[in-house]
Amino acid sequence: MRCSRLAPTLIFAGALFASLLSAQQKEIAFDSAGDFLKLPDDIHFGEVAGVATTSTGNLWVYYRSGGPNATIGASRTYINGGARLLEFDRSGKFLREIGSGPTGRPYSFLFAQGVRVDPGDNVWVVDRASRMVVKFDRSGRVLLTLGRRPEAIGEVGSSAGSGVFGRGSGPPGSGVPGDNFNQPTDVAWDTAGNIFVSDGYTNARVAKFDKNGKYIKSWGATGTEPGQFNTPHSIAVDAQGNVYVADMGNQRIQVFDNNGTFKSEIKNVGAPRAICISPGAHQYLYSSNSNPTEDPFLNGEIYKMELDGTVLGRIGRAGKQFKEFGMVNEIDCRDPNTLYVAELMNWRVQKLTLRNEAGSTATREPR
Amino acid sequence: MKTRRISLVATALALSAAVTTLVAQAPSAPTPPGQRTPAQLKLLPKAIDAPDIKYEVVRDFMKLPPNVYLGEGIGVARNSKGNIYVNSCAQQTKTFEFDKNGNYLREIGKELYGHVFCHGVRVDAQDNIWVIDEGSNTIIKFNPAGRVTMVLGRRDEWPMGGMVAPLAALDPAPPYIFNRPTDVGFDAAGNIFIADGYVNSRIAKYDKNGRFIKQVGKRGSGPGEFTLLHAIAVDAQGNVYGGSRSDQRIVVFDNDLNYKTVYDHVGAPWSLCITKGPHQYLYTSNSNPDNQNMPLHEVSGQVFKMELDGKVLGKFGVPGKEQGQFSTVHGLDCSVDNEILTTEIVEWRLQKFILHPTAAQGGKS
Repeated sequence: MRCSRLAPTLIFAGALFASLLSAQQKEIAFDSAGDFLKLPDDIHFGEVAGVATTSTGNLWVYYRSGGPNATIGASRTYINGGARLLEFDRSGKFLREIGSGPTGRPYSFLFAQGVRVDPGDNVWVVDRASRMVVKFDRSGRVLLTLGRRPEAIGEVGSSAGSGVFGRGSGPPGSGVPGDNFNQPTDVAWDTAGNIFVSDGYTNARVAKFDKNGKYIKSWGATGTEPGQFNTPHSIAVDAQGNVYVADMGNQRIQVFDNNGTFKSEIKNVGAPRAICISPGAHQYLYSSNSNPTEDPFLNGEIYKMELDGTVLGRIGRAGKQFKEFGMVNEIDCRDPNTLYVAELMNWRVQKLTLRNEAGSTATREPR
Repeated sequence: MKTRRISLVATALALSAAVTTLVAQAPSAPTPPGQRTPAQLKLLPKAIDAPDIKYEVVRDFMKLPPNVYLGEGIGVARNSKGNIYVNSCAQQTKTFEFDKNGNYLREIGKELYGHVFCHGVRVDAQDNIWVIDEGSNTIIKFNPAGRVTMVLGRRDEWPMGGMVAPLAALDPAPPYIFNRPTDVGFDAAGNIFIADGYVNSRIAKYDKNGRFIKQVGKRGSGPGEFTLLHAIAVDAQGNVYGGSRSDQRIVVFDNDLNYKTVYDHVGAPWSLCITKGPHQYLYTSNSNPDNQNMPLHEVSGQVFKMELDGKVLGKFGVPGKEQGQFSTVHGLDCSVDNEILTTEIVEWRLQKFILHPTAAQGGKS
């Protein structure tokens, strides 16, 4: 008797829960600006790995342009080229390229992974193949380098600590203490200017440096436990200094305090390939559940969340048309209602304008 | 006034005759038919005795500016205005655009991420330009302005440790991953058919937005199978013709990729082309090998003209290095009736041929 009375209650509760979930899965309406970046005739995007805006609305785009080319030398094969960094104004007009010609580009430009702009409008370029994070000022001069580019193809370094980017004596993926990255993926800063690098495809750790690039500490190793990673692919820091790591292979975002102590994890947003935290008084967290290489029409939605992981809505889906995404690799969310997304598989950048609907908690932040 | 106009026309006619040359109908010293070796007889297309189609070559058709070089001529296609696109394996794979008279206009997709190793170019009904690249495993769609609007397949991320072993053939192949694809075709609805290719042996069909629909084929010489699927063409009814090069067959499917028939009498289909218009013809190039391997060289190197049902109407061309001869045709365009464009591997060139078919060969009587 009690059971039969309880059953409808449970069903009702279940239905309520489901409706709450579907409310969380609300589609956020948006528009795409289409082909808004105007390129010179002889420049074509390849896989666009990163896009980032400056405080004045200019855009930096870092992409896989081709190559790299190989030069066969004595005993070893050397490589050059393969990535390009362009600047556009806010209307999408091409302004310039950093470095001229295939042999005139900065030494770290091999295989684009991401670009971010810090609060001082410095441009930070993350390259997976050169295993470097390089800081440029707004004029394009080099201010700081982290990591060192391998001298030749196939250099793996020696083991046990002495390797240039080999593993240290710690558990797999924990890397060598310092800036010896192994296919790093992203960079972020706290308000004090400390630098956080997610590292990466071969290592599985986060490395922290002070604002001058001096190594402070590193945490993480390959695994599924809290504080372990399986391809930490993107990183963001909130105004309180908490560190959000897109643990793509483990399908979660892990949240740490400023010293790397595990706090919480956000699940149920797919495999986060790119994350971004908007500035301003009320910060939002965006995360892309990008499609895999094998299926350009699977998943692909971007989630908008509160910092605690509460999903406010989802944006878009995978595909090849405008308003669809081809493996989003980086998101810029300086304005929480204007997202720029870099797409690897569609070879483009899209500018997304989120529609502010009645009842939406989204509010336009002042620029 | 009237006389002057006529004389102008006469001058133009004389000029056009001056720039073309009638080409000999046979190689200079072929093996006499009675003395062909067993190896030659085995490779001889069954339709080798098809009647010759009279033709001439437009001499020095391709005009390049100084310091621009064509490499191996891999693909050729024309848009609705007659502009010509040539895909070439140069020091870096390139796609060039020429006007209808063979004057160089520009490069399409300079230093493109997907330009790794050329395998062809085609133009669709909306004048979009499609490049097939077997080095990046991508099929890239450019709009007529030369901007990339869609990419099918994905170039492998760069191997951080150096070289990686080639991918093995997969059966079935993954819907969206190609392995040295060779060609692309389109039906009237805009569906996309990809020949994939050197390693996989399948034709895959996608809708106009690039969404996978279905696929057919595996390696072999049975019905619906391929041994080096090297070319593809689609007729106005949506039938799909796949060129199986190594076993000298053209395999025909309906629009849903159901097997229909096979044509095995026209040699190795290196390249296929179907004409536009109400009465469509199928051209196939039984190209001579990319060396002077004499036994095969002497029995190949001709283009066959066929009805869509496989009936051979005629053939033209001879192997050789001179203008008007074929040195391993890899690109074939027949989008303008009786004006055939070829690109060749061995001689780095684009050639234009004018055909003069008889009424029985589909000519205007």
